[in-house]
Amino acid sequence: MSYFSNIFNGIKTLLTGMSITGKYFLNSRKGAITQQYPDNRDTLKMFDRFRGEVIMPHDENNEHACTGCQKCEIACPNGTIEIIWDRGIDEYTGKNKKKIDKFVYHLSMCTMCGLCIDVCPTDAIKWGQNFENSVYDRTALTRVLNKPGSKLRPGVED
Amino acid sequence: MPLSITKSIQEMLLSMMSESAAYYAAMVVVALLYLGIFAIAGLFLVLLERRIAAWFQLRIGPNRVGFQGLLQTMADALKLVSKELTGTDRADKFLYNLAPYFVIISALMALGLIPFTKEFQAFDINIGIFFLIAISSIGVIGILLGGWASNNKFALIGAMRSGVQTISYELSVGLSLLTMILLTGSLQLSEIVEVQKGGWLIVQGHIPAIIAFMIYMIAGTAETNRAPFDMVEAESELGAGFHTEYSGMKFAYFFLAEFINMFLIAAIATTVFFGAWLSPFGITESIPWLGVFWFLAKTLLLVFLMMWFRWTFPRLRVDQLLTLEWKYLLPINLVNIVVMAFIVWQNLIIQI
Ligand code: SF4
Ligand code: SF4
Repeated sequence: MSYFSNIFNGIKTLLTGMSITGKYFLNSRKGAITQQYPDNRDTLKMFDRFRGEVIMPHDENNEHACTGCQKCEIACPNGTIEIIWDRGIDEYTGKNKKKIDKFVYHLSMCTMCGLCIDVCPTDAIKWGQNFENSVYDRTALTRVLNKPGSKLRPGVED
Repeated sequence: MPLSITKSIQEMLLSMMSESAAYYAAMVVVALLYLGIFAIAGLFLVLLERRIAAWFQLRIGPNRVGFQGLLQTMADALKLVSKELTGTDRADKFLYNLAPYFVIISALMALGLIPFTKEFQAFDINIGIFFLIAISSIGVIGILLGGWASNNKFALIGAMRSGVQTISYELSVGLSLLTMILLTGSLQLSEIVEVQKGGWLIVQGHIPAIIAFMIYMIAGTAETNRAPFDMVEAESELGAGFHTEYSGMKFAYFFLAEFINMFLIAAIATTVFFGAWLSPFGITESIPWLGVFWFLAKTLLLVFLMMWFRWTFPRLRVDQLLTLEWKYLLPINLVNIVVMAFIVWQNLIIQI
């Protein structure tokens, strides 16, 4: 008897599948997920989890949270990050401390794996939402993420 | 015998030339007419498929070339024409070049029989259905030739699968149509339409007719090598299957043939099950040319059904394919024929 129940089960499951796709078909006008990119360039918003490039946010006092611990540099599997660091007197604590001179990021080598961002103890680097990354000259892909004259935000290490 | 377009064109030409010349000229004119119409119609079917596929997948689909993308497939065809025709080393050049023509010609030949309206039928042969089944299985020779001659293992596997599939499912197509022939008592398509003036055959034959229709649609989808029966092409397994090595216009022939075949399967179903150009309840019986509209509406609805199948169901494995045909469709079909014969014998037909 399983022969006939097989047939009926088969038809039933096929119809279930067709009703699901049928619903999608009818709702496609409202729910289309395709972005008409160059046309809606001004309004296009990327998704929260989109990985465009690594950025280092600075606050209004031109301060960032990077202590120069180099954990990101070690974590990066392909040497994308180079930290050029120095030692100097920290104004906030008055101690002689390590601090970054240049945070060099080679976008051309980055695989967007996210290890550097996971490992950073002070959340100094984050994902940027920029997706228009093509340039005419590849030297433009080597970026210094800390802005000139920026310094460590006081209290980050406490 | 209805007045076919071949005849009316012949009579029109008769005023200009001798009888035999008019006879041949009419044939050429009709052939070119069909060729033109269906090359264009095939292109639009491709576009329709792409838009509908996009909607099923919550995408937008081609909408840039022309209004709502209407010229997209024309542009694609132009691109394909301008492309280089490549081939493999040590391919059997003669058969390799012959194969696409087999496929496209057999697809176009069958179209001549389809009754779009009472007048618009190029070739009303008295063994219509039989002829259609015979012609539609010639196409597979083209696929086998193409796969064999292109000297590529993927193409060969695809072609062999196509052979297995067509030999199996041809039976179901034939038998399910035979079920309906029991009702009509004629193979001639114009006669079949005539019988349906007293209710479409799917209504007249009720339960066995509906079963026959379902079997026909399943087997017909398999005949056209479309998903879920697209093991012949099976992109994820075989590259592109039998047409892996084809490029440019020859590839386009295969592609177009697939869509014309789909239209054909739907058109045969329309003719045999849904009363061809007859309007529902005879509402526009007084305006005969509206038949084309009804015919196309019904056909496109069935084409849509096949597209719905394609974008819903996953591909079958080869053993599942054969199980479906030999263990399910064929026995059901045979029993169905007996039931239909009983119904016709006891005159349990629903007549309006
Ligand atoms: S970005 Fe984070 S992990 Fe990298 S050096 Fe700065 S503080 Fe350390
Ligand atoms: S995302 Fe990965 S590859 Fe890119 S800089 Fe960070 S660790 Fe290196």
